[in-house]
Amino acid sequence: MPVPQKTGAAKAKQGPNSLPKATASKGTKAASKKKDDEDGADLGEGGEDWTQGKTLVKPPDQLDLTEAELKEEFTRILTANNPHAPQNIVRYSFKERSYKAVSSVDQLAVHFVLDGNLLHRDSDEARRQRAKQGLPEENPMDAAVETDEEKTETPAAEAEEEAGEEGGAEERPDSVEVKGGGQKAANQFNFSERASQTLNNPLRERECQTEPPPCANFSATANQWEIYDAYLEELHKQEKIKEKQKALPTKKDEDKGKKKMMMVEMQSDDISKVSKAAKIVERMVNQNTFDDIAQDFKYFEDASDEFRDQEGTLLPLWKFQYDKAKRLAVTALCWNENNRDLFAVGLGSYDFTKQGRGMLLFYSLKNPTYPECTYHTTTGLMCLDIHPKLPHLVAVGFYDGCVGVYSLKEEGTQPIYKSTAKSGKHTDPVWQVRWQGDDMDHNHNFFSVSSDGRVVSWTLVKNELVYTDIIKLSLEGSPSDGTEGMQLPTMACGTSFDFHKQIDYLFLVGTEEGKIHKCSKAYSSQFLQTYDAHNMAVDAVKWNHFHPKVFISCSSDWTVKIWDHTIDTPMFTFDLNSAVGDVAWSPYSSTVFAAVTSDGRVHVFDLSINKYEAICQQPVVAKKKTKLTHIQFNPEHPIVIVGDDRGYVNSLKLSPNLRKKPKVSRPRPKGTHNGSAVHSPFGPSMIFLFFFISFFCRHSYIPIIT
Amino acid sequence: MAETGDGKKEEADYKRLHSFPLIRHTDMPEEMRVETMELCVTACEKFATNNESAAKMIKETMDKKFGSSWHVVIGEGFGFEVTHEVKNLLYMFFGGSLAVCVWKCS
Repeated sequence: MPVPQKTGAAKAKQGPNSLPKATASKGTKAASKKKDDEDGADLGEGGEDWTQGKTLVKPPDQLDLTEAELKEEFTRILTANNPHAPQNIVRYSFKERSYKAVSSVDQLAVHFVLDGNLLHRDSDEARRQRAKQGLPEENPMDAAVETDEEKTETPAAEAEEEAGEEGGAEERPDSVEVKGGGQKAANQFNFSERASQTLNNPLRERECQTEPPPCANFSATANQWEIYDAYLEELHKQEKIKEKQKALPTKKDEDKGKKKMMMVEMQSDDISKVSKAAKIVERMVNQNTFDDIAQDFKYFEDASDEFRDQEGTLLPLWKFQYDKAKRLAVTALCWNENNRDLFAVGLGSYDFTKQGRGMLLFYSLKNPTYPECTYHTTTGLMCLDIHPKLPHLVAVGFYDGCVGVYSLKEEGTQPIYKSTAKSGKHTDPVWQVRWQGDDMDHNHNFFSVSSDGRVVSWTLVKNELVYTDIIKLSLEGSPSDGTEGMQLPTMACGTSFDFHKQIDYLFLVGTEEGKIHKCSKAYSSQFLQTYDAHNMAVDAVKWNHFHPKVFISCSSDWTVKIWDHTIDTPMFTFDLNSAVGDVAWSPYSSTVFAAVTSDGRVHVFDLSINKYEAICQQPVVAKKKTKLTHIQFNPEHPIVIVGDDRGYVNSLKLSPNLRKKPKVSRPRPKGTHNGSAVHSPFGPSMIFLFFFISFFCRHSYIPIIT
Repeated sequence: MAETGDGKKEEADYKRLHSFPLIRHTDMPEEMRVETMELCVTACEKFATNNESAAKMIKETMDKKFGSSWHVVIGEGFGFEVTHEVKNLLYMFFGGSLAVCVWKCS
């Protein structure tokens, strides 16, 4: 460690020099001021002493040492302790009454003390001094500097100081300049300015523009006559509207039905207009698609009939089907009397185990592909009848014993009237409903027959169905015949009925037991007559359209029978070799009727031609299993519709042989037979009657009393 | 005298009959149209003699209700061709002799 020791030594050696240095510098300063002419630039620079010091100026009292002495090393150890501090200081402790050694000794030694004589120039003392010296306040900085210098120098040196003003002035302008900038540097001796700049992020331009709000131009001219005209026009319009509104209520009073139609027309919006057009287009498309069928319907006549000797054929025309009705059986058919291309189809099921929903459809011959109108029901529909005078009213009977009335005029899918358990609904399926003429109060009414043995008259009163039991069918011939032992009156099950065409109180009821009762509305507990007609349920019983005494019945026991209601036994019995579902008299001839059987065949009879066999027996369904359930003659056209148990309805055209009208020109024998006593307005029926009578007479099936 | 009397009567009749607001042209939605029309009627009735005040009232109210830059012209006779934002124009007559045109264009 020789180097630090050397420096230490050097410092130690210089140490004593530092004290006289201040005086020495003053000395040099004073000396330099004396010779400032020669070397002005060097004056006043303290740093000059150090650089010149290298030229070894020896103080006069310096020892002269030999080289060996100079190289001699004096090893000193610097400690923090003061070597001159006393080690054995004792103090008297009054507490313990003895001297005690003081452990901590003050190690601090003060070598040099210099009291500062600088003043802050803002301080009071500085101000006072300035005042004393008469220096102006405006230049406080100069004054401060001066006072500083004055302080550092002894008052005695003041004279010299004045002489040295020039040298001081050299420095001052600089300092004044620096300070005069108004910026007070934190450290006026040592500072540096540094500037740096970060990298600026690159800029990018982006612009977008929204679409301006859409604008439009409008121009007009407003002046008095235009305003006037506009008002006049508006007033005219309003008047017209008022007139219309006035006109409407008067019409309303006139005709309720018309009013409704008007309202419907008024309310019809665009969609309904489209629907009307769509309907027309649909009809046109259908007309094109089924053009050949339409041609057949209108013009085709089976030419082979002429060679076939009285026999006829059925030409299948349209087949009416509806996807949603596929699994249902046709339970009822009825033509609309007013629009004779329109018919109603009731759909349900005859199978006890497969009861479910039902349906009421309206088809037009003009559109076989889709029904005009559909109503869905929760239970199977068993029968229906269209009101003959108000064809929008349709009475229906359900499997659950309800009867209801649908109105085609009303919107909605529900019947406008429906019987409830409270209002005397049937407890068993309703097998037939039939409209009757209006009653005394002009209320519409219809009849129904059901398996529960009641024949009920229903009257449409305002918004409810009022029921009246017309007759209860007891099992024995007449209700009074019941044996005494039987407490419960057992009811016969009505399956069909028909009102007499002319005698409005007279009607027939067919029952499940095979009996047919002739009843009157007047006697609710008695039958006028009972025919022991069939061995199984009577499926249909119908009065002849022309002859007032004759009716027909059919049954599942394979037979169709024709009766005179005054006679207990049938006049004709036809065995069709299969259960007969329905039978119908033709509307054009009293001697023609048609029957459908469950083997899928249609049988057409004309008694005026053949009394024993059908003149046409034709299977009309593709599959053998399909059963035919119902048949109806069109009231105008030579076609029949037959329904089957798969929900299809077929229309068939009757060949010329099947629709022969009876010859009218036969002279009437006068007053010989009892039948002639009835003066029927129907020509054909008379002829039919004569047929019968002569037939009866010849074969003496029944005794005729003349 | 009788003729003038008739004339006066007719005029009164005309005033009475033609007092309702009559919309000549508008492309406003229903609700806005009704509101604007009522505002115009109110303003014209309030400032029956001062069309300028009426127009000012309509303009300021419309600015408040439907956003700024509405323009209103009220007068008995004038012609105009304006560019307006669609669905923001109403041209109506009122009181038998006034035409009011209200439109928005910012």
